[in-house]
Amino acid sequence: METPSGCSEELWREMAELGWLGLTIPEAYGGAGLGWVDLVILLEETGRSLYPSPLISNTLAVTAILEVGSDEQKQRWLPGLVDGSRIGSLALLEEGDGIDPAETRLSAVADGEDFLLSGQKRLVTDPDAAGVFVVSFRCSDAPKDLGLAVIDADSPGVQAKSFPMIDATKRMGHLDLDGVRVGRDRLLGSPGSAGPAITRLIDQGAVAVTSEMVGAVEEAIRITVQYANDRIQFGSPIGRFQAVKHPLAEMHVDLESFKSLLYYAAWAVASEPESLSRSASLAKAYATDAFVRTGLDSISLHGAVGFTVESDIQLYFKRSKWARPMFGDAAAHYERALALRGV
Amino acid sequence: MNFDFSPEEEEFRDEVQVFLAENLPPPAERSPGFIIDWWKAVREKRWVGFSWPREFGGGGGTLIQQFILKEEMLKHKAPALGRDYTGLGWVGPAIIQFGNEEQKKRYLPDILDSKSAWCTGYSEPAVGSDLASLQCKAVRDGDTYIVTGQKIWISLAHVGTGIYTMVRTDFEGSKFDGISCLLIPLDTSGIEVRPIRSFAGDSFSDLYNEVFFNEVRVPVENRIGKEGEGWQIICSALQNERSGIAEVNRHHQALERLIELAGRSRIAGRPALENHEMRRRLSAFDARIEAARLNGLRTLTQQLRGEPTSSAASINKLHNCNLLVAMSETAMELLGGASPYIGDSEASIDGGRWQVGALGWPTTVIGGGTANIQKNIIAERMLGLPKD
Repeated sequence: METPSGCSEELWREMAELGWLGLTIPEAYGGAGLGWVDLVILLEETGRSLYPSPLISNTLAVTAILEVGSDEQKQRWLPGLVDGSRIGSLALLEEGDGIDPAETRLSAVADGEDFLLSGQKRLVTDPDAAGVFVVSFRCSDAPKDLGLAVIDADSPGVQAKSFPMIDATKRMGHLDLDGVRVGRDRLLGSPGSAGPAITRLIDQGAVAVTSEMVGAVEEAIRITVQYANDRIQFGSPIGRFQAVKHPLAEMHVDLESFKSLLYYAAWAVASEPESLSRSASLAKAYATDAFVRTGLDSISLHGAVGFTVESDIQLYFKRSKWARPMFGDAAAHYERALALRGV
Repeated sequence: MNFDFSPEEEEFRDEVQVFLAENLPPPAERSPGFIIDWWKAVREKRWVGFSWPREFGGGGGTLIQQFILKEEMLKHKAPALGRDYTGLGWVGPAIIQFGNEEQKKRYLPDILDSKSAWCTGYSEPAVGSDLASLQCKAVRDGDTYIVTGQKIWISLAHVGTGIYTMVRTDFEGSKFDGISCLLIPLDTSGIEVRPIRSFAGDSFSDLYNEVFFNEVRVPVENRIGKEGEGWQIICSALQNERSGIAEVNRHHQALERLIELAGRSRIAGRPALENHEMRRRLSAFDARIEAARLNGLRTLTQQLRGEPTSSAASINKLHNCNLLVAMSETAMELLGGASPYIGDSEASIDGGRWQVGALGWPTTVIGGGTANIQKNIIAERMLGLPKD
């Protein structure tokens, strides 16, 4: 866990061999050829175990290249990201916590055939481990004039920084670009038309993060139920008391509910793309509030022992703090879902 | 995970839509006598008792077909498929599962033909959430039971034809084993029905009743199942689809009305729809309703696979309660200074319709098991916490 990526090179290679790094990538590019519904199952498990690795970062980077890139670009980047030799990350969001691509400020200035990219990205996962970043940028002041580019971490002008985290199992930080030269062969899709693709990637990011939240909340409830059954006070397991039972029942209701919302969103990725934004927003918003509540209540139900560093439950409480802003917090997603209703 | 319907299922949906186009006028064009024709038409289609086996006059519909039928009916604002809600909902199914041939012939056709109107006699003054402790007693006297006791919260007993009554036939041993189920015509001598006045006023008057049994003689042949089998009957339910789609549909419509109300309301002097807290709340209702819809589809899938769905009903109930109360209270908040006025007056808004919901929620929230009881059920059955 102390490595830049959070997991050892050996484990990362093993994940690659198991096909996890390219789960949703066609076999032609070295992937397993499965879908997002299958990815949910894998991410539920990495969430349940709080498995530290750049899996989500890499998955989203390859998704961007797969969905927006040309065949030549897919051949160029996907095999190396799927076999574990390089790690990818996605850098879309900026200061201000918005999830509307129109808020992108990182700018591209044409310089001959190339573009020069300058600006700051926030909430960038695995900044130290990533060798490749997929970055969104703005071509002009027109709100929808947006593009996507693949840049190497070691290009001149690229600075990736990670910072200490509440949740030590996750790596995150900033990506600052200062006049980074990007050739046309590194642009995904044609510049100026990437808005819908960026929105879809944010939706997919929300789906991926929410999948890990399902596993994490399930495990937090399991741990707390176990404790409530084992801990004896007033002559009986505390789980017999309704003051303990009822918050746990509410956690279960919320879990099953955001799980349903998530499954629909994961299905929509391939089968109903027009409703992905709405379903991803409802899932991420509901899950975010529910996970935060579960984190707080499960610590409370553990009593003083929950405050110790030895208790497993504190790890899940901390994970809820990581998950809250990722690919949009509850406020942003509830607002977007309402706006999508035309309100 | 797949949310698509099969071609056969879509074919059934087409059949329902064609029927509705021919037989269901829009709500404004429905005459007073329309309901009789409607009940006849859906009966001929075998859609009344659609989940019942065909040999008992039902439709033999699959779970998915039941869901599709209900979904289309709701979409087109169709009235109920029959008059006897309770009979179609659980009295008929109990007779099908536990009754003898003679009882099936005697009761099922009337339920399907909207001739009967059953009420449910479960709760008693001292027996609410702990239903198995019921005390209304039935003493065997030759070919009859003599029933004495009191039932309470009996919906529509004043207009019903009979009461499906759980009585105690054995006061020894386990409380679960001494309960039996009797079908008692409401015009039997010794029965008195008294209405209960609720605080919700006119809209909810004439809904609930107390029913008193004073040495009421009931033939033994009116007993469903064996003596002492009442608790199994209570706990059983035929394979009705349990997606909760009707409630979800109601919530969808309520949210649309609420958003419309918000569009013409102000909070702290500013348009309500510019208020971030209000916007987040409305969107969170949307998420909860959508979650309830999808939970329902997952429940339906579990039913199709023959998996147990015991906690699904409790989860649905909690969502329903939460939404009903929270949306009603949000409406009150949006109404602001007009919120305390009931009925249609120059002081009220929308003829006082919002206050009906704000006062009437206990019918849903408390009826059929309080939220706290649902949480106990989830904690004990799903999470494995010790019984209280």
